[in-house]
Amino acid sequence: MKRPALWAVAGLSVLVSACGNDANRAQEGSADVGPQPVLPEQQRGLLPNMTIASPAQWGDQRPTVPRGYVIAAIATDLRIPRQSLVLPNGDILVAEGKGGGAPKLTPKDVIAGYIKAQGNSSVKGGDRLTLLRDGNGDGIYENRSVFAEDLNAPYGLALIGNQLYVANQDALVRFDYTDGQTRAIAAPVKVTDLPSAINHHWTKALTASADGRFLYVGIGSNSNITERGMIAEVGRAMVWQVDAQTGAHKPYATGLRNPTALAIQPGTGQLWAVVNERDELGPNLPPDYLTSVREGGFYGWPYSYWGQNVDPRVRPQDPQKVAAAITPDYGLGSHVAPLGVAFSTPAMGGEFADGVFVGEHGSWNRENPVGYKVVFVPFREGRPAGAPIDFVSGFRGTDGKTRGRPVGVSVDPRGALIVADDLSNTLWRVTPAP
Amino acid sequence: MDATVDRSRQKPLHPVHAFLVSATVTLFLGALLSDIAYATSYQVQWTNFASWLIAAGLLFGGILLVFALIGLRHADRREGRYLLYGLILLAIWLLGFINALVHAKDAWAVMPEGLILSAIVLLLACGAAWMALSNLRMGDAP
Repeated sequence: MKRPALWAVAGLSVLVSACGNDANRAQEGSADVGPQPVLPEQQRGLLPNMTIASPAQWGDQRPTVPRGYVIAAIATDLRIPRQSLVLPNGDILVAEGKGGGAPKLTPKDVIAGYIKAQGNSSVKGGDRLTLLRDGNGDGIYENRSVFAEDLNAPYGLALIGNQLYVANQDALVRFDYTDGQTRAIAAPVKVTDLPSAINHHWTKALTASADGRFLYVGIGSNSNITERGMIAEVGRAMVWQVDAQTGAHKPYATGLRNPTALAIQPGTGQLWAVVNERDELGPNLPPDYLTSVREGGFYGWPYSYWGQNVDPRVRPQDPQKVAAAITPDYGLGSHVAPLGVAFSTPAMGGEFADGVFVGEHGSWNRENPVGYKVVFVPFREGRPAGAPIDFVSGFRGTDGKTRGRPVGVSVDPRGALIVADDLSNTLWRVTPAP
Repeated sequence: MDATVDRSRQKPLHPVHAFLVSATVTLFLGALLSDIAYATSYQVQWTNFASWLIAAGLLFGGILLVFALIGLRHADRREGRYLLYGLILLAIWLLGFINALVHAKDAWAVMPEGLILSAIVLLLACGAAWMALSNLRMGDAP
């Protein structure tokens, strides 16, 4: 009569063995990086792998930069800095905020939400833009002012002529801007509403086309993998093209799960994006990626990843969409969470002159954490060429503590990389050593 | 061996016990029906319902299990029907917990394991309720 108990014991041993996980032995930054990443089998035990950042103060420590470069904190005590924009006069704008607030639908949402929050800053989002100015060019940004406030989780920033565009979590707005201005003189004007129902992935990435006619807005999915229902995904997981004058918009590319940062390639005018891929398919699957974005292109989400690799969690499936899915250009590694991308400039010097910088917020769905750094992806003839190089690292120390988490990156054409850090609420500036 | 033979020990089942054991059946039945609705409709809200119903079933089933374990202090209950009842409650809780973890997977990843486990747990819950409400007579538990 003990069969039920035996079943229970058998069930428990399944549980235990499912939690032990040898796929994590794969070395960080190896097989799932580059233009042709190796994709292992899908796997998911009874519990997802979770390693949440354990925050600590920087103290006297600093992030690590390559030999020949120096790093300095140019602003601290920000209120959740996400993306930055270097203005023509050298001033730096920082968008600060924390959006989201999607309802918790399951016991998992409640428990996982609490656990993941331990790895983030507890500071309240600023809902504002802060302007930093280095008046005498000594690398110290001694003037700091609030350019605009009472925004709604601002994220993406773009300047076209004398119009400053800000992507709030629910709307694209614009301010008048003239060179040297330190405060907005009026409330923003709405260009267009953006999809904001639920807003599971709330960040709205933004960049402007080279000719200034269009803006591109990245709109993330409303779930990891449709677990909030297919209807919630209508109008999500895509990049919009918005007419800067009229606000008229259309989907420019779709199937991009969470396009968290956009950039226009100098010279070609080509739109590029970094995209956060789905979770809970294993520690080395699927790669987050950097890709050029083709007009009208479909990039797989939710039906497939990295081209035609079908995700069995989606019902109903759609073989036609899978067949149409474009394979991205360059894998950044699974779960690294790229949240920033910026093209470099020759003034950055040496091996970092031609390519993109990518800010990686860092993983949660992996036993051995990855990301937590800014990498440089070298380009040759306008395409990614070669392995990523660590440019700013040490956010996660050898002691296992996490002191910062990179988000947006922007390049000052005078030769500096600006990195927003939303854990220590710092803006970092990396420059070639004088 | 058989404690139920001693009719002087028989007391009516405590109403709270009857409530808990009946509610557990209802909750796990709701979970199974929700799983069936998701499996046939692909409407993901049904699997959310199933997750909460399983969680509530585990709460009530857990209370029953704790009192059954306390009851096992009595030497005359470490055998026979009462022991079987306790083991069924334990199995309900362990399989129900595994089912809760399965239901924490996203979207269709719940299937088919979630549906199968929900059916097994419901059957076990029916068995436990049958025993408790028919002739277990454990008056002082909970």
